[in-house]
Amino acid sequence: MSEAVPRIAQIPNLVDLFPDKVQPDTRPGYQGYLVGREHLLEVVQRLRDEYGYDYLSSVTGVDYLPEGKMEVVYHLYKTLGGPALVLKVQMPREDPRVPSLVPLYRGAEFQEREAWDLLGIRFEGHPDLRRILMWEGFAGFPLRKDWREPYFEEEAKPFKSRWPEGFVFRAEDRNPFGDNVQYPPGFDPETWTPPDDEAIYRVLKRASEEDDLHADTLVVNLGPQHPSTHGVFRMVVSLSEETILDLKPVMGYLHRNHEKIGERNTFLQNMPFTDRLDYLCSMSNNFGYALAVEKLMGVKPPERAEYIRVMMAELTRFLNHIFAIGFLLNDLGAYFTPALYAIEERELILDIFEAVSGSRMMCNYFRFGGVARDVSPDILEKVRRLVYDRLPRKVDEMDEFLTRNEIVRERCEGVGVLTAEQAIANSASGPVLRASGVPYDVRRAEPYSIYDRLEFDVAVRYHGDIYDRYLIRLDEMRQSLRILQQVVRDIPEGPIMTGKPQYQVRVPPGEAYGRVEGPKGELGFYVVSNGKPNPWRYHVRAPSFINLTSLVDMARGAKVADVVAILGSIDIVLGEVDR
Amino acid sequence: MNENEMTSPGYEIPPELRHQVTITTLERIYNWGRANSLWPMMFGLACCAIEMIATAASRYDLARFGMEVMRPSPRQSDVLIVSGTVTKKMVPQIVRLYNQMAEPRYVIAMGACASGGGPFKEGYNVVSGIDKFIPVDVYIPGCPPTPQALLNGLIALQKKIKRQSLRDLPWYQKGPAEPIPVPVLGPDLMDPRKFALIREVTHRQAVQDQQEGEVAHE
Ligand code: SF4
Repeated sequence: MSEAVPRIAQIPNLVDLFPDKVQPDTRPGYQGYLVGREHLLEVVQRLRDEYGYDYLSSVTGVDYLPEGKMEVVYHLYKTLGGPALVLKVQMPREDPRVPSLVPLYRGAEFQEREAWDLLGIRFEGHPDLRRILMWEGFAGFPLRKDWREPYFEEEAKPFKSRWPEGFVFRAEDRNPFGDNVQYPPGFDPETWTPPDDEAIYRVLKRASEEDDLHADTLVVNLGPQHPSTHGVFRMVVSLSEETILDLKPVMGYLHRNHEKIGERNTFLQNMPFTDRLDYLCSMSNNFGYALAVEKLMGVKPPERAEYIRVMMAELTRFLNHIFAIGFLLNDLGAYFTPALYAIEERELILDIFEAVSGSRMMCNYFRFGGVARDVSPDILEKVRRLVYDRLPRKVDEMDEFLTRNEIVRERCEGVGVLTAEQAIANSASGPVLRASGVPYDVRRAEPYSIYDRLEFDVAVRYHGDIYDRYLIRLDEMRQSLRILQQVVRDIPEGPIMTGKPQYQVRVPPGEAYGRVEGPKGELGFYVVSNGKPNPWRYHVRAPSFINLTSLVDMARGAKVADVVAILGSIDIVLGEVDR
Repeated sequence: MNENEMTSPGYEIPPELRHQVTITTLERIYNWGRANSLWPMMFGLACCAIEMIATAASRYDLARFGMEVMRPSPRQSDVLIVSGTVTKKMVPQIVRLYNQMAEPRYVIAMGACASGGGPFKEGYNVVSGIDKFIPVDVYIPGCPPTPQALLNGLIALQKKIKRQSLRDLPWYQKGPAEPIPVPVLGPDLMDPRKFALIREVTHRQAVQDQQEGEVAHE
């Protein structure tokens, strides 16, 4: 075994493997390989089948306007662990086409649709290339660098109107409509015909004609305003009697243009915006973004800050999982009682967050090279009491009340099954992946911060049903408490910041992909800097967005009443799904 | 007229009936009943919705004010708490939900986003405040507003209801109320009330573009 470890960490030299098809990316600060678009499928297929790169983590596009190029960036991993293999495909801006990777990795489906929606990159061979976050008929591809939003003021912040001159005006006053809208010149709303927004109903699978029962297919819309979609999420299902034949998720009802705004912001200004991605777990979002930018800057936080970071991230994981379990039970019909128990514990953790950062939910606590404020001894004492005494008891209590409950087991066992192969192909991550029997955890697979020093087990369950996804959250809560106990025991004294706190950080040109094991799964931030105060590209690999790819596989064949519980067991937060 | 005078009936209760009978105005008892059983719609949009849930939970306990009955259906709810960022893709649904609510109905804009666009205001898919489409009764600042702030906003709404007069409220007049026209998703969000303006401006832009094109051509 001992010699296998370095082999996993090795990235094969693609230039030797695929001469003439691949070249190394030699731009300063960049890594990985450039692949010709006509060779992409072949190269990726061999990497997957022969070299074990079975997990496609992230697909995104970058618009290099000055060079007149578009680029698609792929991050491939092995589920055995190890660093990323980064592939890039470049193409002229006028002709942005690449072959779709959906035939090889189903997990690319939503991410490619997103790149089509926001950047206008056409993925050839994609089974269902429609807009995903915006609606059909929206004018333009908003993440292109030459596309301007209606409230456009300047390319980059801080805007001159705010600082240094300081003549602030209302954006409404400059827009001819007095509102956040713009239309193509000569546009007439009366003669405008809506584009095909029924398309979604056509791609749904129906009962087959040969079926001798002649059953009708019923199409039902759940959401976007539905009490159990956890926000503004919509599902279109086709039913044969009560059984689900097919399901299409529809998202974008909370698309808040995180990435466009993020590319106008300075690096530090993005920190509070990451809070609002997965608004239950602001601390882990901060963590991922801080890691990505620190990789670019080449700074490392001091020891105490690392401990504080891990403490906050694990408290967040605990809080998220207890909340998820509470609301899963809500979806199962245990109306609000378990959720109330969960929220009670959550409040206690929020008190700690409020004490260290000043806000209950939107903590904005991490800085590049450290954290914003120190944790005082009394707060540490509070954490100690929580993690040694109260929270372990509460986990046991949940376990005792729920795990062997007849109704919970009836509704959850064997329902919404996702096999390990499906989970990997769908790029599922976090509890969803681990409940299907794949022990993949970024904290162990590619350790960051101080996780390599901490003792904990990667929880794994093997059935891939709702019940296992519930159990794995209990397991992970226990592991988090174990980590927290070590952290409060060992936290050293010392500074909490490397260097002086700065408003404007210097980030050298290059790209970085920082990922953490968030409570919902692998949360990645892909940041490209061109040396200016603002990121050139800022992309979030949102775990709950990509985990939704598996929803169809879980729901097919289940009853319509179960789909609500299945969705609850994936645990999505719309702020992160839609960004 | 101060509030005391306005609500006292000006009628002596015979001594033997005191402690058993109270006399009040119809308006006052009606408003009192309405204000203390406001049923919010179970409708969460974004981050602020999590604080709304926290407000309903045990530590802050919305039930103390008669509002714990969250209804998932607009037909059964009295107050729409717009708790989060209103996007262009979502606003047709919100307007439709508002139209479906039975009168009397109230709207609370919770948080910076619902009140005026919030941190995401400059985004291309974000509506600068729900009041561009539906009338708002109470605005609650904050990002997100703390549960205390939400409670304060709800109490402010109760006070507002208690001061309303049945005589001039629009929903106690004869005839049905006009529904709010539902916005349409075109190349961008289109408010049917502004079609004329849209046509005028885009026409002007087209003419301008043409002239510029001609100038460039020469
Ligand atoms: S006001 Fe702040 S907390 Fe509320 S929805 Fe907007 S961004 Fe989220």
